[in-house]
Amino acid sequence: MLLSCPWCGSRDESEFVCGGTTHIARPALGASDAEWGEYLFFRDNPKGVHRERWRHAYGCGQWFNVARHTVTHEVVAVYAMGEAPP
Amino acid sequence: MKYSALALLRGALTSQRHWQPAWASPEPKAAYDVVIVGGGGHGLAAAYYLAKNHRITRVAVIERGWLGGGNTGRNTTVVRSNYLFPESARLYDFSLRLYEGLSGELNFNIMLSQRGQVTLAHSRHDLESMSRWVNTLHMHGIDAELLGREQVAALAPALDLSPTARVPVLGGFLQPRGGTARHDAVAWGYARAASALGVDIIQQCEVTGFVRGAAGRVTAVETTHGRIGAERVAIAAAGHSSVLAALAGFRLPLTSYALQAMVTEPLKPRLDTVVISPGTGVYVSQSDKGEMVIGGSLDLFPSYAQRGSFAVMQSVLAGTLAMFPSFSRLRVMRQWAGIVDVVHDSSPIIGPTPVPGLFINCGWGTGGFKAIPAGGWTLAHVLATGRNHELAEPFQLERFVSGRFIDEAAAAGIAH
Repeated sequence: MLLSCPWCGSRDESEFVCGGTTHIARPALGASDAEWGEYLFFRDNPKGVHRERWRHAYGCGQWFNVARHTVTHEVVAVYAMGEAPP
Repeated sequence: MKYSALALLRGALTSQRHWQPAWASPEPKAAYDVVIVGGGGHGLAAAYYLAKNHRITRVAVIERGWLGGGNTGRNTTVVRSNYLFPESARLYDFSLRLYEGLSGELNFNIMLSQRGQVTLAHSRHDLESMSRWVNTLHMHGIDAELLGREQVAALAPALDLSPTARVPVLGGFLQPRGGTARHDAVAWGYARAASALGVDIIQQCEVTGFVRGAAGRVTAVETTHGRIGAERVAIAAAGHSSVLAALAGFRLPLTSYALQAMVTEPLKPRLDTVVISPGTGVYVSQSDKGEMVIGGSLDLFPSYAQRGSFAVMQSVLAGTLAMFPSFSRLRVMRQWAGIVDVVHDSSPIIGPTPVPGLFINCGWGTGGFKAIPAGGWTLAHVLATGRNHELAEPFQLERFVSGRFIDEAAAAGIAH
């Protein structure tokens, strides 16, 4: 798999750590147990393009978003935290 | 046809031309009482126990690829039941007990070899937590023995036990009834026995949708071989469970990861137990063919690619050589990965889903092979009776709302 840090460029896969699915909105304070469980544990887990967080843990330490295909591992987009998905 | 020495001798008179295919491969019928999606170990075992324990034989197992071509044929064949919590200990030890009688039960040699499984301790703290672990297992009625360094040396002399080892070994613990079984034979044995009882096994048939009737109840599955009606449907698809659940309109608390394994070229007997090292994150056993079978950590990012990345393979092999320096000249012959369905608490889900009439067996993560008989048995029970099996009761989807987890991460062997 080839990953590219937006700050440091293309680096070895072992420098990165995956932080799982991104764009998960925290429910409101009055959320029910079911909504809270859904937020914490239930995931789309798609076979296809997955939007996820990565951290250049053994490099600059920055977080960023990646849209990546879970079968081919092809990176479709790299974009900043807080940015809307492309 | 019963497999026996007598059948082999009789066949000698006819140049062994009397053997029949081990299971029938019929076209799907219009409808069944139960359709099981997934022809791996868990799905085939569920079909067998539906027929055997519950006399329900209008059953089809639908497999997208070939039997046991998923995780059943991609694991490292280890069986054990040294789990920490009572719910898991009961479930996994029930599974191991079924494995112990399975060759006879199925009339198919699954080559169960209870050569013992050694978990290494690398620090004083490891030794302390292992004595707790062993005591807990004794309370569950499961065999376990605490080992000193000399006892580890006697069981696995190929290990580097010198004080200067990269990860020094201080001791460990043994489950004597742990060991290995022939993974393909488990799938084939259940398939043959289920087919003999009337179950239809349909390969190269992919489920493309679920048909819902009154009150949202599932009434049929759409497949590449057409629509197949069903009173009840079960999903037993491991890493692809989320894909099937999405077709049925719900989500699961799963993430799919690639877990890789590899084998070296065969060599003479060098290791006659299973060794797992939490320190290096590697476990090793020697197959009956002589290959060293090596497993390790997950590729820690979501993946449906059945291959695994080079970076993880490198670290797994580095760990292997830290444990067994004498393996350094061995060549790795094959490397592959299975897609495992990892749950937050590393425990399975066996029971109903939000869709009426649709049941699921998933969430075994990195440890599904050892659980095949119990997973099949308990899934068959809920399919036949509509009630959860007693052993499966704690392993329901509700726990992700109630918070009543069975957090077995500590007993999963390798920290993922």
